[in-house]
Amino acid sequence: MLPKLFFGYFAIVMIALSLAVITRRNPVHSVLWMLVLFFHIAGLYLFLNAEFLAAVQIILYAGAILVLFLFVIMMFNLKEELTAERFIGEWPIGVALGISILMLMFFSMSKITTGPPGQYTIEAIKAETHTKAIGKVLYTEYLFPFEIASLILLIAIVGAIVLAKKRG
Amino acid sequence: MVPLEWYIGLSAVIFIIGVAGFMIRKNIIIMLMSIELMLNAVNISLVAFSHYLQDLRGQVMVFFIITVAAAEAAIGLAILVSLFKNKAAVHTDEIIEMKG
Amino acid sequence: MDKYVLIPLLPLTAFVINIIFGKWIIKEKAHWIAILAVLGSFAIAVSAFLEVLSGKVINYDVYNWIVSGNFKVTVGFLIDQLTAIMLIVVTSVSLLVHIYSVGYMHGDGGYYRFFAYLSLFTFSMLMLVMGNNLLQLYFGWEAVGLCSYFLIGFWYEKKSAADAGKKAFIVNRFGDFGFGIGVIMIFLMLGSLHYTEIFGKIGTLQGQAINILGYNVDLITLIALLLFCGAVGKSAQIPLHVWLPDAMEGPTPVSALIHAATMVTAGVFMVARFNPIFNLSETAMNVVALTGAITSLFAATIALVQNDIKRIVAYSTVSQLGYMFLACGVGAYGAGIFHLYTHAYFKALLFLGAGSVMHAMAGELDIQKMGGLKKYMPVTYWTFLIASLSIAGIPGLAGFFSKDEILWLAYNHGTVGKIVWAMGTAVAALTAFYSFRIIFLAFHGTFRGTHEQEHHLHESPKAMTMPLMILAVGAVAAGWVGIPAALGGSNAIAHFFEPVLGHPHVTAAHEEEYMVMGISIAAAIGGIFVSWIFYSLKPEIPKNLAVKFKSIYTTLWNKYYVDELYDFIIVRPVKWTATNILVAVTDGKIIEGIVNGVPAAIRNFGERLRKLQTGYLQHYALSMALGVFVILTLVLIAKGR
Repeated sequence: MLPKLFFGYFAIVMIALSLAVITRRNPVHSVLWMLVLFFHIAGLYLFLNAEFLAAVQIILYAGAILVLFLFVIMMFNLKEELTAERFIGEWPIGVALGISILMLMFFSMSKITTGPPGQYTIEAIKAETHTKAIGKVLYTEYLFPFEIASLILLIAIVGAIVLAKKRG
Repeated sequence: MVPLEWYIGLSAVIFIIGVAGFMIRKNIIIMLMSIELMLNAVNISLVAFSHYLQDLRGQVMVFFIITVAAAEAAIGLAILVSLFKNKAAVHTDEIIEMKG
Repeated sequence: MDKYVLIPLLPLTAFVINIIFGKWIIKEKAHWIAILAVLGSFAIAVSAFLEVLSGKVINYDVYNWIVSGNFKVTVGFLIDQLTAIMLIVVTSVSLLVHIYSVGYMHGDGGYYRFFAYLSLFTFSMLMLVMGNNLLQLYFGWEAVGLCSYFLIGFWYEKKSAADAGKKAFIVNRFGDFGFGIGVIMIFLMLGSLHYTEIFGKIGTLQGQAINILGYNVDLITLIALLLFCGAVGKSAQIPLHVWLPDAMEGPTPVSALIHAATMVTAGVFMVARFNPIFNLSETAMNVVALTGAITSLFAATIALVQNDIKRIVAYSTVSQLGYMFLACGVGAYGAGIFHLYTHAYFKALLFLGAGSVMHAMAGELDIQKMGGLKKYMPVTYWTFLIASLSIAGIPGLAGFFSKDEILWLAYNHGTVGKIVWAMGTAVAALTAFYSFRIIFLAFHGTFRGTHEQEHHLHESPKAMTMPLMILAVGAVAAGWVGIPAALGGSNAIAHFFEPVLGHPHVTAAHEEEYMVMGISIAAAIGGIFVSWIFYSLKPEIPKNLAVKFKSIYTTLWNKYYVDELYDFIIVRPVKWTATNILVAVTDGKIIEGIVNGVPAAIRNFGERLRKLQTGYLQHYALSMALGVFVILTLVLIAKGR
């Protein structure tokens, strides 16, 4: 019962935070709500025995990406933002479409069947520690994608500088 | 024990909120944040699958998604900055050069 | 990779280098690359020739060109006796012409371009003769045609040159159309384009007939005649001879190389190469022999009255090509190729000599305005004289042996052979006459041009006279490999060709051969003698004759009105169709209707469609979500069933 209650709290708060993120007029508020949301997601990861990912979630998302967003927001004219129209004219269509797709998703959820469980039981992970276990998989089975990911990051760094630097 | 479906349902709801945010907001920053929302929703379901199937590959996938999300946010925001410098616009209704 | 590949590859490399860097970097040094490349080819060709001489036949594939189902074509080389002699002819004449061009083309704006095209031509011609399959021959065939077009129209600012280039190209289309069909027929019937396989299987077609418009046509005859179509076009035989005299608009070295020594002989080479096919069809053989003989006589008569020095030599070329076909038609392929080989030297020499004269006369071509050039340009005179004696068939020189071989073998070839022999002997007399007409009019007597021209007269530079002298040696000595047994020789070249081309079996006695030889020598000397009387001793005779037989003279002068005839029956109807039907109806109504109508409809549709493109990012996102929704629904419905 307790885990379910725990999950219920997380689910409700996360949905509410998500809605807040997309509805706030002030982008800074949106970012702050998102920060809170990311902490909750990290909590949920802990709940799912993914300590390493929880740490990465906070360090990377909350610490890096959201700060990036805040920096960019600081460049804009917030006063104008506060008076401008938030949503597009056709927003009911968007909402209706979203809800329709959600219904389809729920409808198809009953058809989910899971495959046979793998070797990484909670006990096995605990014995090895989570970070070490995920590191092993990452550096053996996924070595090549890992290298590609590093290239993607490199391209992102170069690209961001090229795009944002002053011309001439 | 919390059933797997609950996680999937939560993930779906947050994903759709992201989709809706992307579709109805005018501010491009919020649209980018909506994309982050969608990515996180997917991450939740991947971690849940990983946990329930006792397979670490789901978490590795999350790791890669976070990498790509970081890259995407950096590039997206850089585009936004240069767009703002050139056109002083952050709202989609101010950028309609593609109008036929 | 072995050395034979280099034979065509070196000129190709020279072409690529010259065409890319010629304009800006190489410029006046373009000839070095081209000459070195041809020299390399020549050296390798000589070594290949020596290998063939020792009995080796080189036949191998270099590269799979096209493989599609059971259709397989390779790039491969076949160097047998026939190819070996062609290699020697092509590379040696090409080399000399390259050297000659250094002097002749000096200072021309398109110097690098000229040498690039010459190299490309040499490459194409070598591919043509070296190929071991029909498609490669066809490739070379078309490529030399293209180079010929480039080089005839080399001075494309001149309208007559550009027109002559087009004429050569279009007239060749007629022949090549037949040739192309012949190639396809061979592939359809035999399933292969490789020489060895074609010749191996051609016997199986014997006796088969194909029904065309209700007539049963012998298959082999049909194939042979279709192939011969190509040869008629390329080697300027009746009725497709009209392009060659006009091709003289090109620079003279080109006329010597392409339109005398090598490209135009490709038709003869092809007929000789396909002798296993031609041998199986008597009809085709007779057609070849008669076409050759008639062309030979026809062109020789035209040459009698022309005044343009290059055109006389050009008609002489057509006439000599006819001789070669005559030889092939009576089964004397070896003699035909022998004549091809000797002809290459003395005819190239004649052309280069004519070029030397033009060089001295500042482009003047009319022999009536020349005269007495002998003392101004002795080297040109003596070499030209040697070439003329050789082509006339004076004993001891190259032309005599090859011509005599042809006439003798024709004489021994039944009724058709006797007919073509008589024609050939007549041509020999005419040839001697018009060749010496040039000598007497241009080199003897007194100068009839302007004072300015006379002041300008000079011998050509070393680069031009040296090839003349080398070719003169060839024009004298090239025939010594084929001295017939009747004159105490061994006719080495006939034995050399025998494995590929066969040799007609002749049983007649030596006495008869002496008789044939005597008649042809008498014809040659008679021709020269009459020429001497007409143009040196009593110059009023030809003028009187021209007045007396005015109709014959004008017919000859106007080349039997063939150009006018073609203009009337082909060019004008085609032009009429082009302007009145194609331009007005097809182009104006149908094509323009479609061409303008389709875009108009698309534009109309686009005008409506563009309204969807609002440029508003969210609208795209919304339609995307709608798409996702529809697809998800469809998938779920499909799965649910």
